[in-house]
Amino acid sequence: MKFLRKQLDSVKHNFEKGGKLEKYYFAYEAFDTFLFSPNTTAETKGAQIRDAIDLKRLMMTVIIAMIPCLIFGMWNVGHQHFLATGKTGTFGGEIMIGLIKVLPIIVVSYGVGLGIEFIFSTIRRHPVNEGFLVTGMLIPLVMPPDIPLWQVAVATAFAVVIGKEAFGGTGMNVVNIALTARAFLYFAYPSQISGEVWTFLGAEKATVSGYSGATPLAIAAESTTDVVTNFNAFGAGWADGIYSLWNMFLGVIPGSIGETSTLMCLIGAFILVATGVGSWKIIVSVFAGAWGMGLLLNMLGSSPFTQLPAHYHLVMGGLAFGAVFMATDPVTAAQTETGKWVYGLLIGMFTILIRVFNPAYPEGIMLAILFMNVFAPLIDYFVVSANKKRRIQRATV
Amino acid sequence: MGKFIRLKKGFTINLAGKAATKVSEPPPAETVAIKPSDFQGTYIPKLLVKEGDAVKAGTPLFHDKKLEKVMFTSPVSGEVVKVTRGEKRKLVEVVVLADKAIEYASFKKYTVSEIGNLHAEDIKEQLLASGVWTNLVQRPFGILAEPNAVPKAIHISAFDTAPLAPEYSILFKGQDHFFQVGIDILKKLTSGLVHVNIHTASDLSTVFSQAKGAEVNKFSGPHPSGCVGVQIHHVDPINKGDVVWTINPFGVIQIGKLFLQGIYDASKLVAVTGSEVTTPQYVKTVTGASVRHLVGGGVSGDNVRYISGNPLTGTNVGKEGHLGFYDHQVTVLPEGNHHEFMGWILPGGNKLSVQRAWGLFSFLTPGKEFKLDTNTHGEPRAIVQTGVFEQLVPMDILPGHLLKSILAEDIDEMEALGIYEVIEEDLALCEFADVSKHNVQEILRDGLELIRLS
Repeated sequence: MKFLRKQLDSVKHNFEKGGKLEKYYFAYEAFDTFLFSPNTTAETKGAQIRDAIDLKRLMMTVIIAMIPCLIFGMWNVGHQHFLATGKTGTFGGEIMIGLIKVLPIIVVSYGVGLGIEFIFSTIRRHPVNEGFLVTGMLIPLVMPPDIPLWQVAVATAFAVVIGKEAFGGTGMNVVNIALTARAFLYFAYPSQISGEVWTFLGAEKATVSGYSGATPLAIAAESTTDVVTNFNAFGAGWADGIYSLWNMFLGVIPGSIGETSTLMCLIGAFILVATGVGSWKIIVSVFAGAWGMGLLLNMLGSSPFTQLPAHYHLVMGGLAFGAVFMATDPVTAAQTETGKWVYGLLIGMFTILIRVFNPAYPEGIMLAILFMNVFAPLIDYFVVSANKKRRIQRATV
Repeated sequence: MGKFIRLKKGFTINLAGKAATKVSEPPPAETVAIKPSDFQGTYIPKLLVKEGDAVKAGTPLFHDKKLEKVMFTSPVSGEVVKVTRGEKRKLVEVVVLADKAIEYASFKKYTVSEIGNLHAEDIKEQLLASGVWTNLVQRPFGILAEPNAVPKAIHISAFDTAPLAPEYSILFKGQDHFFQVGIDILKKLTSGLVHVNIHTASDLSTVFSQAKGAEVNKFSGPHPSGCVGVQIHHVDPINKGDVVWTINPFGVIQIGKLFLQGIYDASKLVAVTGSEVTTPQYVKTVTGASVRHLVGGGVSGDNVRYISGNPLTGTNVGKEGHLGFYDHQVTVLPEGNHHEFMGWILPGGNKLSVQRAWGLFSFLTPGKEFKLDTNTHGEPRAIVQTGVFEQLVPMDILPGHLLKSILAEDIDEMEALGIYEVIEEDLALCEFADVSKHNVQEILRDGLELIRLS
């Protein structure tokens, strides 16, 4: 380690002010601080000790929370592949297929995103912010396993440049970056990211007889009879009971790589809440909003989808993943504590509204979060105004 | 009857090196110093002595050009040995070499019954001339109290919750009588009440809780419940245009002594704390004593930082430095000027974090004392409002939004968000916990100065 430190120190002067590589100082800084936490000490006056946490650690904790989703997702990609093709695969084989499909997506996402980060930090002369550590992992997890890699690259580039750097970098972006990537793909390549893309079928596309790649949301949206009956009937012959409530909770269903399993998302939620990194208020209120809206539709609606028991909504689609990893993004969420409740509740409610009433695209969480990202400052504005008003009232009494 | 206020938000930093209840009495301090920078709100200090002059305890050393009546006096008798000036000949400190036995400048003595008949003007005159006045701090802005102001209340925080903070029951043991007289005198200076704020958990005998003529408010909860700004917010908040004074119990006792005994008695107990001090304990000394005298040789290692005050709001004064005017604590911590390989990613048991991203299992060892160094554990980054500030400030104030309004230099917004209610110490925990490593206290001071000087 000492050798490495010496090497870093010996080249450092090149990057400092007046050095010949001065332009690349922040790129150097990013590498240096990645390897070694800095030796800076507190200033003369003020807090002489500092909390052990920094932005890197914060982001790292989110990544750790995503690992259950990632590993389960990899296995599930392989598992769904064998289910759909009718072949029998071992556990190891399933993981292998998952690795082959998922790893390249992760590599492309990080490679493109970090590349752009470094370029921007050099041009704009600001430190490389660690926000992309999380975004780079979130993007693969919300992609369908069969996504072409060039689309991942284009979407990542779009999201980082337009979603983040255009606003000034981490901490200043308005909408969630990973969701920007997802939304970009959805609107730019609608045919490739909807319909039957949720399972990796292999090159020959040979499927087992009776196979259908429809997702629960698609089935629910198209149902003309009782949705739960349709769920239970789905997969007969090749994957019995695949869309049972329990199976959807576990997440052994086709879908985006990391977002199928509600259980794994809840494990992630536990890590985020226990470490204080994610806001439990947002997570709880998204679920509450979705459930409440489901109940309301049960009472008011007449179509089969509106009659779907509300708890089904909680395990379908990407609700859990969005609630735990997307909605809690501290930069784009509401920043006041009261605001977080409102923000989460509205995300949950809009998700269900979009699911049930938007025929074009049944997955609502993505649009709901992006929508509320834009409205979060407005929510905060009202909460902050209330705070100011209390202060003025106090003065006049 | 006072109020009982339960505070939940906040965080108590449990550091190693708490002072043992032992009080040591080393030989008297050799040099003491008074530093104008300790007093917020001074304009240009004008020196009243020169090197070589003999002074008594209570002899003015300098006064301020704007607040001419406020005298900054010598804590001990002796010889002015050094006047340090900085850039643009700014007065940095006045050092006095202390006599073995202190000789006091004499001020007018009163009996308790005479004190009852004193007028505010006479009181002020004596306080100003003796230097005791400088104990009074004015809110908003946390500046030296303005002699012509009549505050709407005077607040005394009778406990300190900062890391390694001294126990006031030890600091002010046996001073009940002086404290009571001090309260009686302070009551004449305000149009409202004198509040004495105590903590429910402290075993504080009767010094504070039995104070007559004052409102005794009880508080519970972690740091920063001991910060007087937090207490004012809950007892009687500061609105725009209000003037409130705060004073440490030490100052109240000094007032009592000044009027009963006619002397400026600057002797105090100081807690010498920190993980690098071999025997953390209380030391009997005087205001402005040299750190070397307080700590002696009892420090392990050379790579350490000598802090006057507590680790959250203190000042790095160095081994040759002197205790700050308002400080009752010297803390010696290891310097953190070293790199740590993969420091941000590897698990670490001895790292303290408000958020449990370090030490997820810290709840298993609740009483654990941490040995922290001065490393910042990260580099400055863009502000990310993680919500941690809001967990640390037990006031109806939005610290994140307030800081942003200061950075934007938006005075109306700062006022609306309650900048008048806070000074540095109230938000010090935010600086500690900030993931983006901003100097929160410095930003706040900049905002306060921007308003005060505009």
